[in-house]
Amino acid sequence: MTTEDLRAIFVEELTRIAPDLDAADIGDDDHLQDDLGLDSMDILNLVTALHERLGVDVPEVDYPRISTLSLAVAYLRKSHT
Amino acid sequence: MAVFTLPSLGSDMEAGTLVEWLVSPGDTVRRGDVIAIIETQKGAIEIECYEQGTVHALLCETGTELPVGAPLAVILAPGEMPPDDLSLPAQEIETSEPRRAEQAHAKAPATPPPSGNGVRASPAARLRAREKNVDLRTLSGSFPGGEIILADVEAAGQKSVEKTEKNSRIDEMRKAIAASMTRSKQTIPHFYLSQTIDVEPAMTWLREYNQTVPPSERLLIGALFVRCAAMAAEKVPEMNGHCTDGVFHPSEEVNAAVAVALRGGGLVAPALMDAHRMDLHQTMTGMRDIVSRARAGRLRNSEMTQGTITISSLGDTGADAMVGVIFPPQVALLCLGAPTVRPWVLGGKIVPRHVVTVTVSADHRVSDGRRAAQFIAEFEARMKDPEHL
Repeated sequence: MTTEDLRAIFVEELTRIAPDLDAADIGDDDHLQDDLGLDSMDILNLVTALHERLGVDVPEVDYPRISTLSLAVAYLRKSHT
Repeated sequence: MAVFTLPSLGSDMEAGTLVEWLVSPGDTVRRGDVIAIIETQKGAIEIECYEQGTVHALLCETGTELPVGAPLAVILAPGEMPPDDLSLPAQEIETSEPRRAEQAHAKAPATPPPSGNGVRASPAARLRAREKNVDLRTLSGSFPGGEIILADVEAAGQKSVEKTEKNSRIDEMRKAIAASMTRSKQTIPHFYLSQTIDVEPAMTWLREYNQTVPPSERLLIGALFVRCAAMAAEKVPEMNGHCTDGVFHPSEEVNAAVAVALRGGGLVAPALMDAHRMDLHQTMTGMRDIVSRARAGRLRNSEMTQGTITISSLGDTGADAMVGVIFPPQVALLCLGAPTVRPWVLGGKIVPRHVVTVTVSADHRVSDGRRAAQFIAEFEARMKDPEHL
């Protein structure tokens, strides 16, 4: 899976959880909680969706490593085989 | 034969607009079935049926604004034959309905959308303008003679519909919150107790537990808060129930209302019904469900009205404490600050620990500081023993 695919999947799941977000408006370095306003339930739902979709189980200690779009894509690229 | 009427939609919401029927005449219904969707100031609410039997007639059309108590449907009991004159009950009720709707509208706190009286517009255009919250006075008619027709409203609506709908939803919700909270502060003699408690055992247990399970089974600290609050509410009945007209009705069940912030603004507090019967995992599953339905605008009227105590958690990071306003007719609200690491004295030594400030707002007509302190003590004791939640 390419970086672009992973990016598209992440954005798709993110906008499913926060439907008011426009995919085009999500900046690479926007922080999911501080900038995009996700709460702990949203993050858990996002991690659950990524697990189901990509088989990548992001442990809680790694949540900071998916806290922006660019960090998340890099993390998923490394973890997704 | 029973006439099913629009049930209460929650504190200070007196009316709603019927947007969808989910049953048709001839359908069998059971208690608890969702039969209609009503749009309210706090989003769409699913209306549950309290009758059992067969739907005989639907008494209102979609798009109608209805006051609480308006007749919605005629339901025949199981085995009951339809009345001889099929149209009679419906007609009788329908004649009285417009007047009731008007009365309720007059006293409703919400400002109705501008009717555009004095503007030349077709009936269809007026209806659509009302639905879309478009002010007819701002439009120019394309019909010969300048009358505004449906197409004019549709065109205007297209341009502004998204923004208007979003803004008006937030405005309406803000009005509903304002009305409810004003009533609370005017009628409930609040008092408050605050205490900082050590949640390190709970945080450690939670971290270790979550390492062993896939994301779909993970727990949030918020679920522990709700579970502990439900257990504490069972022990201190003066914190759990409704106070109506100055009379307290303690509740056997703990329906834990969970304050949910909505993206884009506003707040709803749907109840996790029978939370006292749920273990920690069921509590978490229940919270995932009501939070997602709250955000999607798919709550049920029972969830909006039957909460017996509210729990408001400020989240993972942020403020230490909030002193909250009780949701009438409830008698207590529990606010939990964000867990933070602070120096804490444990066994004579100063150690870093995660702590949370717990604040109870309670109703002095029903309880006093002693009972509220007992509630906090029960809550704290449960939080210290997370294995047994």
